[in-house]
Amino acid sequence: MSEHKATPVGGSLMTPSTRILLFVFMVGAALTVWRFAVGLGPSTGLSDGYPWGLWIAFDVVTGTALACGGYAMALLVYIFNKGKYHPLVRPALLTSALGYSVAAIGIIIDVGRPWFIWRIPISVGKWNLDSALLEVALCVMAYVMVLWIELSPAFLEKWQDSGNTGLASFSRGLSKFMDKALIWFIALGMLLPTMHQSSLGSVIMLAGPRLHTLWHTPWLPFLYLISCIAMGYAVVVMESTLSSRAFGRQREDKMLASLSGVTSGILFLFVAVRFLDLFLRGRGPLLIGEGYYSVMFWLETVLFLAPAIMLAGSRGRARIGTMFRASMMIVVAGSLYRFDSYLVAFNPGPGWSYFPSVPEIVITLGLVAMEIMVFIMLVKSFPILSGTSPMPAHRK
Amino acid sequence: MARTRRAFLKGLAYAGGTAAVSAVPAVASEPRKAPDDAVGMLYDTTRCIGCKACVVACHEANDLPPDTRGDVLYDAPQSLNDRTKNIIKLYQEDGRRSYMKQQCMHCIDPACVGACMIGALQKREHGIVTWDSDRCIGCRYCQVACPYNVPKFEWEEANPRIIKCELCNHRLAEGKEPACCEVCPRDAVIYGKYDELLAEAKKRMVDHPGRYVDKIYGEHDGGGTQVLYLSHVPFEKLGLPELGDEAVPKLNRTIQHGVYKGMIAPAALYVAMGAVMLRNRRKGDQGDES
Amino acid sequence: MDPILDISAKTPSALETKIGRRKFLKIITAAAASIGLSGSAVVQMVEAADLGLKPSVIWLHFQECTGCTESLLRTAHPELASLILDLISLDYHETLAAAAGHQIEKSLHDTMAAQKGKYVLVVEGSIPEKDGGIYCKIAGRTALEILNEVAADAAAIIALGSCASFGGLPASGPNPTGATGAPMILKDKTVVTIPGCPANPYNFLGVVLQFVTLGTLPALDDKGRPLFAYARTIHEDCPRRPHFDAGRFVQQFGDEDHRLGHCLYKMGCKGPATHANCSIKHFCEVPGAWPIGIGHPCIGCTEKELAFQVPIHTTVDIERATPPDTYPPIHADHGGVSPVATAVGGAVVGVALGAAWKQAKKLDGEGPDSTDKKEE
Repeated sequence: MSEHKATPVGGSLMTPSTRILLFVFMVGAALTVWRFAVGLGPSTGLSDGYPWGLWIAFDVVTGTALACGGYAMALLVYIFNKGKYHPLVRPALLTSALGYSVAAIGIIIDVGRPWFIWRIPISVGKWNLDSALLEVALCVMAYVMVLWIELSPAFLEKWQDSGNTGLASFSRGLSKFMDKALIWFIALGMLLPTMHQSSLGSVIMLAGPRLHTLWHTPWLPFLYLISCIAMGYAVVVMESTLSSRAFGRQREDKMLASLSGVTSGILFLFVAVRFLDLFLRGRGPLLIGEGYYSVMFWLETVLFLAPAIMLAGSRGRARIGTMFRASMMIVVAGSLYRFDSYLVAFNPGPGWSYFPSVPEIVITLGLVAMEIMVFIMLVKSFPILSGTSPMPAHRK
Repeated sequence: MARTRRAFLKGLAYAGGTAAVSAVPAVASEPRKAPDDAVGMLYDTTRCIGCKACVVACHEANDLPPDTRGDVLYDAPQSLNDRTKNIIKLYQEDGRRSYMKQQCMHCIDPACVGACMIGALQKREHGIVTWDSDRCIGCRYCQVACPYNVPKFEWEEANPRIIKCELCNHRLAEGKEPACCEVCPRDAVIYGKYDELLAEAKKRMVDHPGRYVDKIYGEHDGGGTQVLYLSHVPFEKLGLPELGDEAVPKLNRTIQHGVYKGMIAPAALYVAMGAVMLRNRRKGDQGDES
Repeated sequence: MDPILDISAKTPSALETKIGRRKFLKIITAAAASIGLSGSAVVQMVEAADLGLKPSVIWLHFQECTGCTESLLRTAHPELASLILDLISLDYHETLAAAAGHQIEKSLHDTMAAQKGKYVLVVEGSIPEKDGGIYCKIAGRTALEILNEVAADAAAIIALGSCASFGGLPASGPNPTGATGAPMILKDKTVVTIPGCPANPYNFLGVVLQFVTLGTLPALDDKGRPLFAYARTIHEDCPRRPHFDAGRFVQQFGDEDHRLGHCLYKMGCKGPATHANCSIKHFCEVPGAWPIGIGHPCIGCTEKELAFQVPIHTTVDIERATPPDTYPPIHADHGGVSPVATAVGGAVVGVALGAAWKQAKKLDGEGPDSTDKKEE
C-alpha cells in the first residue's frame, strides 16, 4: 500500500515549460482586460445569431465535461467500492477542480454583466425553476467549492507538517473534521455533476426548433451525462499517463486498463441510444440526406465507436499506446459532440456565421495554460500523485 | 461487494421511483393560455405599404439612437439589433411581393422566459414579455432560446442590455397605443385585446376568402403568440418559422420539473449514495477492501 | 411636299411682323423650354412659324365642364391664348370662337374638307354611348357621330382631360348616360390622352408643340398618355415625401400636422398610385397651386380606377416603392468569418492533436509498467 501513498513530486516550480505557460496566461489575461474595456462585440466573433461561441461551447460545456475525471473516479471508488483505483482519485480531483474553476472564470469573462453573478445563488425568490441554465449555474458554483473541499486533504496533509505552528495546528484540527465529514462532500461531489452535466444537455435542448434534429432529442440530458463519464475516464487515462512521464512516476497500467473497459461499455451505450432514438423518432433517413450535418454526425459516431471497439478486448487494453489513443479519441468525440450540439447543429437562420476571433482563441488558450501551469505547480508542491518513490530529477 | 451494489441500486431505484411519480403530472400538464387581460397586435401584410413609419415611430417612442454604424445607408438597419426593436423587411420572389414587420412575438409560453435563470425576462402585465435590467447578467441564453431570433444584445457596450420590443408598455401605462400601431397610416398593424384581435383575424379570413394564406400565424405556433399575422404569401417566406403547436420551453420544463420536483429525487440520490459510502467504509474498516 | 418640313419659303410670319423678331424668338424659346424641347427644336419651331404654317385644330366639346379649356387659358409661356392661336389655327372651338350656330358649323365642315388628313383633333369631354348616344347632341347630331366623322380624317387625335381620356366625372357610378372616353370609341386609332381634372395645360401644350414643330407625337404609355408627363407617380416626386418617409402624417384637416405641411397619405392621398406630373408642374402660374400643395390629398383624377370611383379618403397601395425607400431582405447577410481566425483556430487544434499523437507513439515504445507485478 505504501507504493500508493501520494507524495509531492518536488522540483522547481519555474521550469521552461511553466514559464511558457505563464507567458501564454499573461497574454490571455491582458486580452481579457481589453475584452472588458471594449465589450464583447469587438473582441469576439459572437453576434446576435450566435450569442454563444467558443467560451461557452469549449471553456464551459466541453471543459467541465473534460473535468469530469473527479466525478467518474468518485463513482468508481466510493460507490462501486473499487478501492484499488484510489491512487487515481486525487489527480483526477485536481484536474476537475482546476477544470471547473477555469469554466467558472470562463463564464465570468463571457457573460455581459459579470458583476451581477453573485445575485444568482442569493436571490432565491427570483429563481426561475424552469431554467436548466439556473440549475447548471448553481450546481457548478457549488461543485467548484466541493471539489476544492474534496481535494483539501491533500493540502492539509502537507500543512499539518508545516513549520508554521498556527497553520499546522489549524490543519490538524480541520483534518480531523474532514475525516468524518468528507464522505458527505464526496456524495455531493457525485450528485452535483450528475445534475448539471445532464442539464448542460437540457440547456441546448431548449433551442429545439433551431437545433438540427440529428442532435435534438429528449435524450440529450442522458447522452450528455454518459458521455461526460466516458470523457472523465478518458481524461484520467491521459492525465495519468502524461503525469507519469512528466514526473517520473510509475504508471498504473492495469488500473487504467480496467477503467478503459468500463469506458468501452459506456461508449457502446451512447452510440446505441443515439441510433435507437433516431430511428424511433423516424429520423433515420437524415443520417445520409443532410449533407454537412450527416457528415458531422457520422464523424462523432466513428470517434465514439472506434475507441469503444479498441478498448473492448483485453488485448487493446493491455497496451498503453492503444489506451492513450483511444482516450484521445474519446476526448475528441465528446468535445465534438458538445461543439456540434452548441454551435454546429445550432442554426439561427441564413446570413449568420460564427468562428471565434483570434482574441477569443487566445483568451481560451490562456485559461488552459493557466490550468496546466497550476496543475504542475500543485502536483509538485502537494501530495497528489501516487506511485513509487520519485525518480531522480533529470526528468521534467 | 454484491451487497454494496445492491444497496446502491436500491437507493437508485428509490430515487428513480420518486422522480417518476413526480414526473407524471408534469408531463401531462396543459398548454398555457394567454392571460385574460392579454393584449397584442395584428399585422396584415395585404394592408402594409412598407412606409416604415412604424420603424421611425418605434425609434422615437423608445429613445433609440439612429443606426449609423457600418458602411450603409443612414439609419437603414438590415435586421433587428440593439438599436432597432421593430423593422420592416421586404420579400420579393417571382413577382410575389410582401412586406414583413418583425418584432417580439410576445409568445404565450415564451422560450426566453423559460430560459432566463433569474427572471429578467418575464411575461408581466397583459402578458407582455418585458426585460428587467436589475436582474439580467447578460448570459444571452434568451437569444439562444428564442425561435424568432428576437432578443438582441448590446455587443459594444460596457454595461450591455438586452433590447427587444416591449409593446410600448410605458405608453400603455399612459393610455396610449404602441407607437407602431398608432402611426400606421393603413392600420396594417393594429393594437387591441388578444381575444378581439384573434376574432378580427378570423373575420377577415371569412370576409375575404382567397386573399390570405389559410392560417393565422401565432394562433397556435409554438404554443401561440400574442402578436398575430395574416399574410398573402406563405409565412416561411416571411421568415416566420414552422414551429408546430407545442410551446418551445415545454420539453425542458417537463424534464426540469419532473426530475427535480421538490428536489426529492436529488435528495434521495444523495442519501442513497451517502448510505452506500458509509456501508463501504464500514466494510473497509473491517479490512474488506477489494 | 410636306408643308411643315419644307423650309424654302422664308417670309416672316404675321405674328413676327406684329411683335418683332426678337420678341418672337423669345416667345418660341420660352414655349419650347416650358415643355422640355431642346434648342434645335426651337430652330425648327421658328422655321415652321416662318413658313407661316399654322396647323389647323378642330376642338370638339362633349360632356365636359370646359375646365380643361379654362386651365389652358391660364398659361403664360407661351403667354396669352392669342399666341397659341397664332402658332396654330384654331378653326373650331365652341367656347372661344366668335361665331355661333350655323356659321361655326359651316366653319367645321369647311376645315374638315380643306385640311383633310392634316388637322389636329382635340376632344374635350366624355362621349355618351347609351341609347345611341342621345344624351349629348350638337347641331342635331350625337357626339358619337360627330366624333367618328371628325376623327376619320384627323392627322392626330388628342383627348384632353379625364372625361375625354376615359369618361371622367360623367362616367362615375351609376353612369346613367354610358359616358366613356374617346380612345374607347376610336378603338383602331392612336389617341393621345391627357388625363387630369383639369388636365395640366402644359402637358397638352407639349404634345401640340411637338406635333406642330416636329410632326411627331411623344412616346406614349399603354393608355396613350405621354410618358414625359405620366411616366412617374405623384408620390415619386412629391415635395411632401420626406414627411411620408419619416412617418409624419396629417391625422385631421386643420391639425398641427396639417399646418406643418405633413404628408396627406393617411387622409387618402392617391399620389402613390396616380401617374401625373402635378407635383412638379403646378397650375395657374402660381408655384404651389396644386392639390397637395394647398393641403388637400390627391384624388387620383388621372387614373380611371381611382378618379370618382374610389372614395377620396380611402388609402391606396404604393405602386412602386422607389428610392429613397430601401428594404432589408427577410434574411440579411451578416458577414462571414475571418480567415485569419480560422487559420489560427485550425493551427491550435492541429498542434494539440499532433502533440497527443506524438505522445501515443512514444508510449507505444514503452512496455507495460513494472508496478503491476507488485499489485497482487
